[in-house]
Amino acid sequence: MQWKNNKTHFGFIAVALHWLVVLSVFGLFGLGLWMTGLDYYDNWYKQGPWLHKSIGILLFLVVIFRLYWRWLTPPPVALSSHSSWEIRLAHFAHLLLYLLLLTIMISGYLISTADGRAIDVFDWFSIPATITSIPEQEDNAGWIHLMLASFLIGLALLHAAAALKHHFIDQDQTFKRILGR
Amino acid sequence: MKLPTLISSLLVASLTLGSSALMAADYVIDTKGAHAFIQFRVQHLGYSWLYGRFNDFSGKFSYDEAAPEKASIEVNIKTASVDSNHAERDKHLRGQDFLDVNKYPEAKFVSTNYTPGKDGKGMLKGELTLHGITKTVEIEVESIGAGNDPWGGYRQGFEGKTRFAMADFGIMKNLGPKSKDVEMILSLEGIRQ
Repeated sequence: MQWKNNKTHFGFIAVALHWLVVLSVFGLFGLGLWMTGLDYYDNWYKQGPWLHKSIGILLFLVVIFRLYWRWLTPPPVALSSHSSWEIRLAHFAHLLLYLLLLTIMISGYLISTADGRAIDVFDWFSIPATITSIPEQEDNAGWIHLMLASFLIGLALLHAAAALKHHFIDQDQTFKRILGR
Repeated sequence: MKLPTLISSLLVASLTLGSSALMAADYVIDTKGAHAFIQFRVQHLGYSWLYGRFNDFSGKFSYDEAAPEKASIEVNIKTASVDSNHAERDKHLRGQDFLDVNKYPEAKFVSTNYTPGKDGKGMLKGELTLHGITKTVEIEVESIGAGNDPWGGYRQGFEGKTRFAMADFGIMKNLGPKSKDVEMILSLEGIRQ
């Protein structure tokens, strides 16, 4: 398996990035829902958000690199068996997934930095606050963060369902490609 | 009536009105100049006091030095203006675990009676509406001072303290055994109207 993508195959980097983002997004979504309902005296009350924010910031860097990588080495062309509406719809869904990811991560950043506090990424480094003057920033950013995250999970499940449809019903290469085959 | 006479009688009338207003004992709380604070404190884990305040409120009171027992006050608080100097905590305080500000955007205190004590102290009774629940609370009041301000007005200031269990107002979030109660510290300066 080559590092870079070519006209017919995804390279190792793109495949690894895809699955890393899948794992992180579903993990962060679950963690986010769970941690906001914790009892004040729960051991995870502080650790949960700390982990959520640390991974979130790292994921942002990963997604930026993923977009750079996609620009550097474009994904394989669509299978000829796919109809043009399928291709257009899939491309639109991919674009939306990226936009949602970025917006969710930025809105999350705006919650925690609304009062000028920085976000600690584990004990490694911290990201300073920038925008702090949006009216009711933490509340509005929080609402957007939750709504778009729910929408992203829904869209990601549709995206997965489409891939599985190609695999099991059409029995084409679509899903195998993102496994690097 | 000649015009100058009309003007002078109008002048007299307005002066009379003005002075009668000065005799009245109605004050508007100086939220505009921010010489009024509605603060609260809750123990954190039982180890320290956490302070917060409500930034957006308005109110008026009536206080006549000659008849302090007639004093009354009304204060309206916008609950979304809660500020504990930490955005994530404020977001939590505005949410359903605490103030639930979308459902209960306002809190209100309306006094029912005032019992003056010694040295400018007294006990103020009234109805506090918080989190959609109205209960009688008693506020220990202390007169801080009164007099002319340097800009032509007359001011009067008080500090009040009260304490109640958050659960009494339906705020059930468990913050620990030492953190069931909240203390309110109301520091209000009024400008006489």
